[in-house]
Amino acid sequence: MTTNGAGGGAKLPRKRFYRARAHSNPLSDSHFPVPISPEEVDLSQHYPRYFPADKGGDGEEAAAPRRIRFADVGCGFGGLLVGLSPLFPDTLMIGMELRDKVTEYVKERILALRAANPGQYDNISVVRTNSMKYIPNYFRKAQLTKMFFLFPDPHFKEKNHRRRVISMQLLDEYAYVMEVGGIIYTITDVEELGEWMRSCLEKHPLFETVPEEEIKADPVFKLLSTATEESQKVARNGGQTFHAIFRRISLQEE
Amino acid sequence: MEDTAVEEPEVSGAAEFAPALVAAHPHGNSVAVAIGPELRAFDLRTGLPVSLSDDCGGRSHSDAIRAICFSVSGALFASAGDDKLVKVWKTDSWRCIRTIASEKRVSAVAISNDDLYVTFADKFGAVWLVTLREDSAEPVSVDNKPVSILGHYCSIITSMKFSPDGRFIATADRDFKIRVTLFPKNPLKGAHEIQSFCLGHTDFVSCITFTSISENQSFLISGGGDSTVRLWDYVNGCLLDTFQVRDEMGELLGPNETDDSSLAIADICPSNDGSLVAVAIQSFSGVMLLACDLVRKKLSFLKVIVMEKSYIPTSLASSLSSELLWTVMGAANMPNQASSHLLTRLRIIPCFQKDRLSSSDAGPATLEDGDVPHGEKLLLALQGSLDVTKQEEVLASVLAALKVSVHKMLVKKHYSEERREQRKRGRNDKKIKN
Repeated sequence: MTTNGAGGGAKLPRKRFYRARAHSNPLSDSHFPVPISPEEVDLSQHYPRYFPADKGGDGEEAAAPRRIRFADVGCGFGGLLVGLSPLFPDTLMIGMELRDKVTEYVKERILALRAANPGQYDNISVVRTNSMKYIPNYFRKAQLTKMFFLFPDPHFKEKNHRRRVISMQLLDEYAYVMEVGGIIYTITDVEELGEWMRSCLEKHPLFETVPEEEIKADPVFKLLSTATEESQKVARNGGQTFHAIFRRISLQEE
Repeated sequence: MEDTAVEEPEVSGAAEFAPALVAAHPHGNSVAVAIGPELRAFDLRTGLPVSLSDDCGGRSHSDAIRAICFSVSGALFASAGDDKLVKVWKTDSWRCIRTIASEKRVSAVAISNDDLYVTFADKFGAVWLVTLREDSAEPVSVDNKPVSILGHYCSIITSMKFSPDGRFIATADRDFKIRVTLFPKNPLKGAHEIQSFCLGHTDFVSCITFTSISENQSFLISGGGDSTVRLWDYVNGCLLDTFQVRDEMGELLGPNETDDSSLAIADICPSNDGSLVAVAIQSFSGVMLLACDLVRKKLSFLKVIVMEKSYIPTSLASSLSSELLWTVMGAANMPNQASSHLLTRLRIIPCFQKDRLSSSDAGPATLEDGDVPHGEKLLLALQGSLDVTKQEEVLASVLAALKVSVHKMLVKKHYSEERREQRKRGRNDKKIKN
């Protein structure tokens, strides 16, 4: 994938130089910097067009500071972010990825896209982090309007089920960073995992199912099964996908 | 916060070090000390040591107790630890009315304000809840199963407290976080609604406590491995003030003792009127007192109570009804320690209230053994011995172990790249080929 060098000539990165294993241990403490709290997230590193570095990175001086609204948890090679960016040009989005090389790939990809398409792709970025441990470090309460969990690691063995990115415990944290009415999108080609994720979301008091008609009308839904490298692989192999899409609700006290 | 690789030799047993704990009955009826598997209590009203009756669940604690607490009403007391048992006691009779089995070792325990529930945290970061029956005429052993109500993903919960109004449960962990969760009317379904995260500590959080000036105004105070004591508006997750212990410790410690790990906060305790916070610091032989201004929302240095060089408090406690600050020093699970040597040393600080302190500057900072309530009887019961020389010996070894203990217990070991590869080779989770 090369561009014809418009606006600076940044070429799109080639995946084969960024090979990484599909699995990464979410329990190990990798060595990457983590912000102590959401106030410390330097947005000028991610969205320089909206947060010029010389004004301080968190945009707090603005009357209504722009905040990240979409999070792609386990964003892989960035396909979803690239697909979402033009659909919501005024919304800031971030991908979170545990694997070092893959994060580097996405960074290069976004830079190349911005160079080749001036004025576009300024609203997406990626950060290398462990979202199972550090989501509250990045996002304030009720900040996100969409969260994505596309083709997460199934962790087949029962003893490893606690490493799954969707669980009752972790849904508490995802609910905390999502605003009421926000949508959580999950999809997988592993049936058992699909049932697990749906079951957790159904049991969790802060999420309710989104009706099928609403899902079909959602422009984002189509992207889940077409935009990412993983989904394209599934389609090539003629596999089936299982989605669970839920809305963050507020708790009704009995 | 870049993790730096630290070369540490593998010291077996270093992580097992179990500090002595002290807790005071809210109405001053009794005081309890836990050292290793032993629980010792003293009745302050009768002036007699308490004899615990524990035929519930068939055994008393068989391994180090890691957490103890009285309920807010004073009616109940809980103890839990490495033997994977949580025991609930009635404080009038000191009978164990419930023994609960945990799957993992327990690191923190709390009792809800209405005495209905006991919660405990295990080493995987999960918090479990058990319903206590209101009228336990008979001791009930392992009965209804604990329910998991929330969890800190793959972290160790170091401290857990209910807010004074009972609406929230706060949990602090080794990974620098404090989480404040709504405690629902029916907690058996779980506590899923997080109220806030109190983020700001740059190292493990070792202890949290609520403090208040009036019925509806309460705050959260925390102490951590980053040598700070912090004041929080916990409803909104706002950091109100940070006190750096390092600033005041300069002259008090030797020149080679001021590295951060030796200034980790070991325990904190608020005074009953909310005016003070007592701070126990890992390698400091004394207690630091901070003035807590809850109107201006500030913490400031008040004074330091220096004790003898060999005494470093491992735990602090105070009650609502008296002005005594109880401190204890001791440890179990140290190398070469015989079980007969489970000794602790108690030192009590009187006038634990801001007004009382300033007006009695001339008085003793710490009570002499003779002035301790019920004097020698209490000290013998809770310390295990009155023999000064024997104590000095034991406490000297505790002192040495203490200086590195808190750091080892709560900071995850980091290995060099080489060492990590070596450890991976030694893993035995590979499939066995026939």
